[in-house]
Amino acid sequence: MKILTYILKRILQSIPLLILVSIISFFIIRLSPVDPLAELRLNPSVSQETLQKETQRLGLDKPIIVQYGKWAKSFVKGDLGITSNGEKVSDKLKERIPNTLLLTTIVIALTWIVGIPLGVAAALKWKTPFDRILTVLTSVGMAIPSFFFAVLLLIMAVKTGWFPIGGLTSSNFLEMSFGGQVWDITHHLILPVTVLFTISLAGLQRQMRANLLDVLDSDYVKFARAKGLSEFDVIYKHALRNAINPMITMLGFEFAGLLSGAALTEYVFQYPGLGRLILEAVMKSDINLVMASLMMGAIMLILGNLIADILLIITDPRIRVKA
Amino acid sequence: MIREIFRQLMKDKFAKIALIVLGIIYFALFFADFIAPYTKDFSDRTMAYVPPSKIFVIDENGKFSKPYTYNYTRSFDNENLRIVYNLDRSQKHYVKFFAKGQPYKFLGIIPASRHLVTTDSDGRLFLLGTDINGRDVFSRLLFGGRISMTIGFLALFVLFPIGLLYGGIAGYFGGIVDTLMMRFAEAIMSIPSFYLLIILASILPAGMTSVQRFILIVVILAMIGWAGFARVVRGMVLSIKNQEFVQAAKSIGASRLRIIVKHILPQTASFVIVAMTLSVPSYILSESGLSFLGLGIQQPDASWGNMLKEAQEYTNIIYRPWLLTPGFLIFIAVLAFNLIGDTIRDVLDPKSKVR
Repeated sequence: MKILTYILKRILQSIPLLILVSIISFFIIRLSPVDPLAELRLNPSVSQETLQKETQRLGLDKPIIVQYGKWAKSFVKGDLGITSNGEKVSDKLKERIPNTLLLTTIVIALTWIVGIPLGVAAALKWKTPFDRILTVLTSVGMAIPSFFFAVLLLIMAVKTGWFPIGGLTSSNFLEMSFGGQVWDITHHLILPVTVLFTISLAGLQRQMRANLLDVLDSDYVKFARAKGLSEFDVIYKHALRNAINPMITMLGFEFAGLLSGAALTEYVFQYPGLGRLILEAVMKSDINLVMASLMMGAIMLILGNLIADILLIITDPRIRVKA
Repeated sequence: MIREIFRQLMKDKFAKIALIVLGIIYFALFFADFIAPYTKDFSDRTMAYVPPSKIFVIDENGKFSKPYTYNYTRSFDNENLRIVYNLDRSQKHYVKFFAKGQPYKFLGIIPASRHLVTTDSDGRLFLLGTDINGRDVFSRLLFGGRISMTIGFLALFVLFPIGLLYGGIAGYFGGIVDTLMMRFAEAIMSIPSFYLLIILASILPAGMTSVQRFILIVVILAMIGWAGFARVVRGMVLSIKNQEFVQAAKSIGASRLRIIVKHILPQTASFVIVAMTLSVPSYILSESGLSFLGLGIQQPDASWGNMLKEAQEYTNIIYRPWLLTPGFLIFIAVLAFNLIGDTIRDVLDPKSKVR
């Protein structure tokens, strides 16, 4: 019960945060001198009526505070307006967000599956050649600019023809069997996942290694050893559990970093995700779309941190006591 | 402390190599006008996408000769439907050292015309080929590096005072001031940083001079990082502000701003140095990413990021691999900064075992 109230409190706390984010984003976007409906006006397929409706909905003839109020009201109702092509923004987001979530979830899962054991191994073999080599490799991984790595992989894909270039699905996707569809998506995901995985692995592996080294130094590990526990029990039953907790907090940060890193990677691979959507929207000064994707990015980030916090409550009893 | 850091850097094999590499890079960038065979804006429209010049030291008779090069001629291959580049072997162009070439102003002030390497005036020496406008990639790498390798530092010098003061005030005053200031910082941090970056860059009005644009990009980069930094500073200030020396300062009647700036913030110095060295690479990466998308430094100015913009086309990257060189330079620079940052962290924070 206590946990539930704490979680509820955490969720309620993110609401004012979201409101503040929306105010900041709104004012930043409105600083731009661009007419938000310029593209819409030039598009012949958009009727005069739609234009009128958009002007009304955004309150463009009113002061900026009123405009924000109008925007917030329709946002809460779920009406995000239309893009410069006349499509509904919410449809566009519904199409893109799952793709970005798919990409980031796979990357996070992979970095954890690979990064945590590598971090543990490096800590246990501290200052051996194995540890050194890992440090060098992770340094290299951290230093490659994501977009450059993506471009290099693209060259490889074009030259060898091993991987499809761009997108998430092949053109004949709808005609495939279910198994074929899964394989098709996996095939398309390999390159973007490789890029993001290489870049985010380093941070995780180093953090895990540092945490475990810290814990191995602590008194209770010395005590466990003195008590005569086997090395296996000391490390995997006592040390590891405590070393992993801070990693869960990092999960939130990792997610934030991935959302940003994914934008460039998505752009290079023409991957239909949120990052590329916002980039295209920015370049076309499609204000509705920019604002909505910015909010979605922020919501995803806040949710990511929330999930990390909740996981931490479950794994770390000390926090429950404090709460 | 600086001397101790330097000593440790020289002791570590990797950090030493990194320092030397960065030293060479910055030296080359400082003397870019002299080292580059061409000026930043020199372009020969007839020489678009020319491959790197071949330099010969053995002439057609099989004898050693002064190094010379041939120009490329462009022609269209009707069979394969593509442009081919052939060497024009009728005219030798000798490579000259310390000779007069394109006139330039060293560091924008001193007029000069001597270059480290150049060739005669109708010869073309393109060490790393040319881009779509027939500009020398090697020269532009040097001039672009001046922007790419300084913009991160400049952003830090804008960001750190802001972050320090913001975090210092929030932490010292506490209460409602702290809550409000930190909520605002958290809100900034809740927007994925790259999204914020491209949006801020996109609202820059067109038609600015390149200097104005450069300054604004610096400011934008600074606006991304300050919030996270301020939050850490605030945490440190919270633990420092109850110590005796702060109370002593209070009791002699020092103003609150003075206590924050003169007594509390200097205590965070070692953290600031670590944070600064560790974040230089991320700003180099941000700038190059932004310019790669065409939202950062704009043509005709060069930066490593915007030079890579041309690598976005498949045909470019497959037939003209020399256009990828800026990417390798970014990689090398970032790697070197990371290695140095790691060592500095070890020195200032002996407890940390991240390495």
